[in-house]
Amino acid sequence: MQNQRANPAFFAVIALLVFMSVGPVLLMFANSFKLDVDIISGASGLLFLPTIQNYETALCDVLWYEPEHLDFCALKFGGAFINSIIIALVSTILTLVIGSMAAYALVRFRFMGRDTVSITTLMVRMVPPAVLLVPVFGLWNNEFCLDRDGLIGGAIRDTFGGRGDVCLAGTHSGIILIYVAMNLPFVIWILQSFIVQVPRSLEEAARVDGAGPFQVFFKVVLPLIKPGLAAAAIFTFRIAWNEYLLASALSDRNTKTVPILIVNNMSEFNVEWGVIMATGMLLAIPPIIFTLLASRQIITGMTAGAVKG
Amino acid sequence: MSIARVNRLSPYMFMAPAMVIMAIALLYPLGYMIWGSFRDWNPSQSIGEAEFVGLKNYITLWNDPNFHESLVVTLRFAFFVVSIEMVLGVGLALLLDRDIRGMSVLRTMFILPMMIAPVVVGLMWRYMYHPTIGTFNRFLESIGLPKVDWLGDYALTSIIIADIWQWTPFIFILSLAALQSLPRSALEASRIDGATPWQQIWHIKLPLMMPVLIVTGLLRLIDAFKVLEVILVMTNGGPGLSTEILALRISRTATEFRELGVAAAMSNYLLILLLLLTVGMFAFTRLQEARAARVRAAAEDDS
Repeated sequence: MQNQRANPAFFAVIALLVFMSVGPVLLMFANSFKLDVDIISGASGLLFLPTIQNYETALCDVLWYEPEHLDFCALKFGGAFINSIIIALVSTILTLVIGSMAAYALVRFRFMGRDTVSITTLMVRMVPPAVLLVPVFGLWNNEFCLDRDGLIGGAIRDTFGGRGDVCLAGTHSGIILIYVAMNLPFVIWILQSFIVQVPRSLEEAARVDGAGPFQVFFKVVLPLIKPGLAAAAIFTFRIAWNEYLLASALSDRNTKTVPILIVNNMSEFNVEWGVIMATGMLLAIPPIIFTLLASRQIITGMTAGAVKG
Repeated sequence: MSIARVNRLSPYMFMAPAMVIMAIALLYPLGYMIWGSFRDWNPSQSIGEAEFVGLKNYITLWNDPNFHESLVVTLRFAFFVVSIEMVLGVGLALLLDRDIRGMSVLRTMFILPMMIAPVVVGLMWRYMYHPTIGTFNRFLESIGLPKVDWLGDYALTSIIIADIWQWTPFIFILSLAALQSLPRSALEASRIDGATPWQQIWHIKLPLMMPVLIVTGLLRLIDAFKVLEVILVMTNGGPGLSTEILALRISRTATEFRELGVAAAMSNYLLILLLLLTVGMFAFTRLQEARAARVRAAAEDDS
């Protein structure tokens, strides 16, 4: 701690680090406002005429006017954006409610099977999404279905036609279910370290006043662990918002999320860099906003997850 | 009486939703996968219709050179990524552990890369690595150096660099948190005893940070086996099989080659590998702790 005084080399290192971590993002931001001609000729660097044409192309299906440069709206980004929002929000809320309840039970109660549960939770954290791909694909398509002969499945077939059996695959709920399950172990793990810090006396006071276990939990404990909930919410949202692999296996034409759209447009031979970067930017904006608003919660959550596990 | 019953049941009521969901959507699928890995199974069949083939899928994979290649790529990727990130992240944390103004702004900047979607990260790096219009080759050209075929000849190195860019901050932030929670007294004492900054780092800071570092490294190692989207977007496993990590190979076997049984067997190999690594790391930590405890006990006997 001796050399508190400004050391130029030290600040140069910091400047370089900031440049390296933010530079690529800024580069993409700048490129998303360039025409493809400008990106490919590359003569400009920072001198170019910014245009929102790429964003218009990407969002053409939800715009209230027709962009002049487009005669056909090929990229249905707006719909995918709405799908992504629905899936990410619903799965985040569900994960938080269910996960905080489970974390509370694991911290505050001694019950039969507690150790098994907590070890299982830890173990499934290491399962990569790619490992879930095969079984989830099979189950969601073939087993988690309302039977075509059953009452509800038959009714749906009579009203809407189609294959008859209604499966989880291709619905929002199918994707939400697997995201909730995937994120639960992590949320339970993080929240445990926050719940431990809630003073027991508060809960007992509430209990003496006649509150039931659920009232104690929702009215006393949950408000006290708000920072933890915020951190867990951001991490869950991030995974649900960014995930590609399982969504691509489970979604159909109408439930595509944004990452799927980006990958589909990348794999083609001729990449339209401007449009794809605009799409990428739109996908990156919500996480960036969260980072800027709640970086303290994110860091608390990260350290709580690793250090106090 | 009824209150006592409510109290005895309430932990189960709190646990039930989480347990049901994890059982349906994690444990059952895992069991289903193990069952499916013994079958010759393609996506249009339900698992009941698929033919039981015993260990055939496992044996095919065991003798499959492509699978070996992909396994080696995965292990190399994980090894380089984790070790380089640990060195860089811990080094930066030691360097930047000072009371400077604006540290929170800095940390915000650093966590940006890992919050952004992997798909978008892949997209950014694919642009920057682009042979003609990419940032790196433009830069090399402007200072008069020959162009480099980043995603061709040096594909594995390139994806390792991208991953280091994205995840070094994770280790940096965790080790910084660990550093700042170290007991000040030990550092003060060593300073009074005349320890140089290097000696402080080697003999006090690093050993005290070790438990956190091991957990961090383990978390990063497990995550390194999960990386898929970045590589998918940047190289799609190519050229050849040079960047086809196991996760990517599983997804391609399932979706492109439509061999769910083989993909399931591959997933099982990956799970076993991860399990061995985790158990190994934990056993190692326990061993270290036991030895430290023995040394401490011996020291106390002496005094």
